[in-house]
Amino acid sequence: MSMSEWIDVCSFDDLQPDSGVCVWADGRQIALFYMPKEQAVYAVDNFDPFGKVNVLSRGMIGDIGGQPMVASPLYKQHFNLETGVCFEDETVKIETYGVRIENRRVAVNV
Amino acid sequence: MSKKQTLVVIGNGMVGQNFLAGLVNSGAKEHFEIILFCEEPRPAYDRVHLSAFFSGKTAQDLSMVEDGFFEQHGITVHLGDRAKSIDRIAKTVLSEKGVRIVYDKIVLATGSYPFVPPVPGHERDRCLVYRTIEDLEAIQSAAEQSKVGVVVGGGLLGLEAAKALKDLGLTTHVVEFAPRLMAVQLDDGGGALLKRKIEALGVTVHLNKNTTLIDDGESCLHKMNFAGGDALETDLILFSAGIRPRDDIARACELEVGPRGGIVIDNQCRTSDPDIFAIGECALWNNRIFGLVAPGYAMARTVVSVLEGGDNYFTGADMSTKLKLMGVDVASIGDAHAQTPGALVYTYQNGDSEVYKQLVVSADKKRLLGAVLVGEASGYGTLLQYCLNGIELPENPDSLILPHRSDESVGLGPDALPMSAQICSCHDVDKATLCSAIEAGCNTVPALKSETKAGTGCGGCVPLMKSVMECELAKLGIEVSTDICEHFPHTRQELYHLVMVEEIKTFDELLEKHGQGRGCEVCKQAVGSILASYWNDYILNKEHVGLQDTNDIFLANMQKDGTYSVVPRVTGGEIQPEKLIVLGQVAKKYGLYTKITGGQRVDLFGARVEQLPSIWRELIDAGFESGHAYGKSLRTVKSCVGSTWCRFGVDDSVGLAIELENRYKGLRAPHKIKFAVSGCTRECAEAQSKDIGVIATEGGWNLYVCGNGGMKPRHGDLFATQLDKETLIKYIDRVLIFYVRTADRMQRTSVWMENMEGGLDYLRSVVIEDSLGIGEALEKQMRHVIDTYQCEWKTTIEDESKLKRFRHFVNSDRPDDNIVFVEERGQVRPADEQEREALKARKHFKILEEA
Repeated sequence: MSMSEWIDVCSFDDLQPDSGVCVWADGRQIALFYMPKEQAVYAVDNFDPFGKVNVLSRGMIGDIGGQPMVASPLYKQHFNLETGVCFEDETVKIETYGVRIENRRVAVNV
Repeated sequence: MSKKQTLVVIGNGMVGQNFLAGLVNSGAKEHFEIILFCEEPRPAYDRVHLSAFFSGKTAQDLSMVEDGFFEQHGITVHLGDRAKSIDRIAKTVLSEKGVRIVYDKIVLATGSYPFVPPVPGHERDRCLVYRTIEDLEAIQSAAEQSKVGVVVGGGLLGLEAAKALKDLGLTTHVVEFAPRLMAVQLDDGGGALLKRKIEALGVTVHLNKNTTLIDDGESCLHKMNFAGGDALETDLILFSAGIRPRDDIARACELEVGPRGGIVIDNQCRTSDPDIFAIGECALWNNRIFGLVAPGYAMARTVVSVLEGGDNYFTGADMSTKLKLMGVDVASIGDAHAQTPGALVYTYQNGDSEVYKQLVVSADKKRLLGAVLVGEASGYGTLLQYCLNGIELPENPDSLILPHRSDESVGLGPDALPMSAQICSCHDVDKATLCSAIEAGCNTVPALKSETKAGTGCGGCVPLMKSVMECELAKLGIEVSTDICEHFPHTRQELYHLVMVEEIKTFDELLEKHGQGRGCEVCKQAVGSILASYWNDYILNKEHVGLQDTNDIFLANMQKDGTYSVVPRVTGGEIQPEKLIVLGQVAKKYGLYTKITGGQRVDLFGARVEQLPSIWRELIDAGFESGHAYGKSLRTVKSCVGSTWCRFGVDDSVGLAIELENRYKGLRAPHKIKFAVSGCTRECAEAQSKDIGVIATEGGWNLYVCGNGGMKPRHGDLFATQLDKETLIKYIDRVLIFYVRTADRMQRTSVWMENMEGGLDYLRSVVIEDSLGIGEALEKQMRHVIDTYQCEWKTTIEDESKLKRFRHFVNSDRPDDNIVFVEERGQVRPADEQEREALKARKHFKILEEA
């Protein structure tokens, strides 16, 4: 049995192409990244486990070896947007969440 | 399995312990039952850094024996029990406390004792030596009753001891018999400079002094009477006049000892009894005692190998040393006294910066025989390699010690080193060992360190190790790529040319034509900067916004807690009182921490992302504009007050600084750019440490380029002199755009200059003589940047759609509750992690109570 639920967080138009925004999702801070060319939206924790502050949504995105990633704006560690695993230190992982887009609304699975 | 033999180790100093550590890690361990006698009440400690005991290190800190070492390896230890005698017929060792052991082998590591000259009175109270921790405790308690202290002996240990007395707060003197300090290692010139430096630190040095009698003083406890008739009064005397090998136990059992002491050993460290070895300072090899720890370790390694059945030999040791004596760098290599017949000497002395360097070179000028360095010893590693490996010297050997105009090192290419060259002397790692590790896949410095242990001791060899690695990797064909990142097979300069030639206006277009994948923070920022400096569009336009780092996106500098700092432009550091008041009012209203920057502006810290637009609205209304402190772009033009007010000013530095700052503000570049203008050659604006520096002279402006402060300071190069303003600006336009077009990503002008083929002369030919015929194009591009300047903050707050980003959450107005401040010295600062948790918990309880 899964405890997860879908939470409506924002409009699709609130997303920033090729960049990130942060949403409040029922007590959590979640970073949403939108890659228009891939038609992909990723949701991960906004908390940077290295800097210990809520800033990952303000990091730059792209790929490393084809894997989508976000770079922390503080100390530049890279996190895999699909798995949450840090490229520089595999023992560090941030939470990732499912994303659903319906009727131009964005929902995340928490 | 055969019965184990009994190995008795006598002495647990640094060398004795090094031997044990080597033995238990060797194959020989299986064959021996190990019994250790140690006279001192504690096991081995670091005697080399003994003076650290007075700066707060404890005996425990200095210990060289890991906890549980003896137990873990089954070594029986008799601490505080001196081995008294050896009976070579019965093959027994007897200790002072009456322990008798039947041995198969003995290793003598009894070390040395301090030599005390037999001066009448040397046994008086508070006449001490400097060797053991017990000695230090005695010195410490004697110092408590003393005001003046004298060290007898100006050698290496004597100067260490003088530092200890100085640290204990005594008026300190050094009395030396010889005509110079460190007579063994230094020549006259080096010794003289060392004396000056040490006296500048408050220690009085007396040379050529032969103490004939110590008796009662008048103002102090003792009076030291010298041969010449003069005298010196002191409360405490420390003898540090050299060491003597402790060979008494060997003498007593009739092992062969040298005429002036020392247990005679062969190339395998065997004494005249093949079952007894001697290592360290008690041993005499080839009529020499080695008073340094490294040769002792080499002897220890030799004995371990012999016990293993190997055939290692001790073949002497290099006595070169480098150390810091009372903060003064001193190094001595090889034949420092030029005793080799026909040797040539090169000396460099700089009285102003107090540096003395001497090379001793073979008659044919091909080989380095020795060297002395005082005051500055950074060349030690390179010179030692020349000397130890017999590497052929450059045509002018003095180039190795003469100062260089820029900071290029006179390093030896790693290729010139033979495979046997010792790279790490702490762990005896040679180049061959490094090379095979590199070949086996150690491609980074950390990997090499953990594989070979090289560089993990004092760390001094790491730069050499790194250059060996890079050189070997290149030879193995493992290319050190110059591509900007995995998404573009080009350098930044190539990308710049592509943008110019193909008139590319967006990252996506460039990626489609010349790259692959989705990009990353490295190429995106670089291309963002290229597009900004070439086209100068508003950087937050939709197609560019994804290329900007968070600082550029929010037009402010992110701090460690996720808040931002705000720096409005204050051109030339000139500010009207009204505007200064506005800065204070805004800071007060938003609760910002304020600090004056090095670039003559005011930095306002602690702004939340959602506060930035209203803060800037107020600043812009008061006439401020963006200071671009967040961008890789022109930051400030610092200035002194100049001829308008200053009695010495030659020209109006503030006026020129403001003009230059307004001209170049907002120019995006590979890295930040700083300027300064000084109104006279007193140079109060520190222009020579800036990317562009201008200094007023009677005949016009002098232009300096490519200086840098920061992590790796570089003096700017004097580019052109006595310029009128028009020419000055033309040259700066050209230099800056040429830099913007051709530098690597994140390359400051200083490094750009150092890597430029042809260097300063080439840059002069491009800019002044227009040798490439691009002068006008460079100026035209600058003209475009200047004409299209906009204050990014003004543009941003005028566009509602751009302001949407300035919220922490896109779906809520709540602030980030993880940002917590505490107060310090009347202003806010970010709470540390503990404070943050405590404050958050308190807030939580308060909310619960209210509910």
